[in-house]
Amino acid sequence: MRSGIIAKKVGMTRLFQEDGRQIPVTVLELDGLQVVAQRTTEKDGYTAVQLGAGSPKVKRVSKAMRGHYAASKVEPKRKLVEFRVEEDGLIDVGAEISAEHFLEGQKVDVTGTSIGKGFAGAMKRHNFGGLRASHGVSISHRSHGSTGQCQDPGKVFKGKKMAGHMGAARVTTQNLEVVKTDADRGLLMIKGAVPGSKGGWVTVKDAVKKKAPEGLPFPAAVKSAATEAPAEEVAAEGGEA
Amino acid sequence: MDLIAQLEAEQISALGKDIPDFKPGDTIRVGYKVTEGTRSRVQNYEGVCISRKNGNGIAGSFTVRKISFGEGVERVFPLFSTNIDSITVVRRGRVRRAKLYYLRARRGKSARIAEDTHYKPKAGAQA
Repeated sequence: MRSGIIAKKVGMTRLFQEDGRQIPVTVLELDGLQVVAQRTTEKDGYTAVQLGAGSPKVKRVSKAMRGHYAASKVEPKRKLVEFRVEEDGLIDVGAEISAEHFLEGQKVDVTGTSIGKGFAGAMKRHNFGGLRASHGVSISHRSHGSTGQCQDPGKVFKGKKMAGHMGAARVTTQNLEVVKTDADRGLLMIKGAVPGSKGGWVTVKDAVKKKAPEGLPFPAAVKSAATEAPAEEVAAEGGEA
Repeated sequence: MDLIAQLEAEQISALGKDIPDFKPGDTIRVGYKVTEGTRSRVQNYEGVCISRKNGNGIAGSFTVRKISFGEGVERVFPLFSTNIDSITVVRRGRVRRAKLYYLRARRGKSARIAEDTHYKPKAGAQA
């Protein structure tokens, strides 16, 4: 199993193809995506890589977290996510992952936090039909209707779909196609919509329900060492501050 | 410029389309690529532009209306569609609306649009 990546949702646009098709795409940005730590069987009882992305102001990072970043000699990150991998899928700490981690045409699963809708009624939240517009219905056109039976069972069953808080929950969209990758700018273009708002963090993984294409970079597509050197210096300063 | 605007600007320049300056009320001819089997040819569609949407951006589109065999036909084209071979302005019309949907209810003489004989391209607009 390969590690996933953390990306920031930039927004949506469209791509015109040579054959006249238009593809709606979501643009995701890989912002300083680096391996921050490794979890190993000896130490932690499982194997995983901890990735970090984004660049916060150093003064806004707690001292404890600064120590964590300094220990692995990386710049402080905005978002940390662990990805379970097998023993041979571990990536070196400090390695920067590029957008070429995914191939064009590959299917991926994207996880994010959906846009919050607040307290929503049953029609919006569960696609209920509501009541009729006329025929004696009064002030309850968008209500959920009956919630159960009568004296037997004499209660509303648990899990009954009702009005309540909607959105702002973890959502995974499966089998989205990677249309284009741009390693220079760290961009990933994915066909269709992705959960969450613009500027939100999402994680992208290989699709679990599709066979992985051949030629995927394993364990990860790592950027060359030349670009990493200056990053480490800044990290050291951040650790001392 | 934010990243999306930058990507769209790049794509527009990469598509290399030469889009004339036209607006609702103008009669335009659209050369649209049609593929029949393996052969592809250009089909002309001429009519009145009755609406333009989403400006000159990558998401822009326009609607062309014509009367074909006594039946009104409207087609919506994406401005930057790779299937569009050419767009030519046949006649400049003078109208006072941005969307000429009122033409749908009209036929014959009342559906005419006066020609804008003193047309001047706006400063900054493409030729």
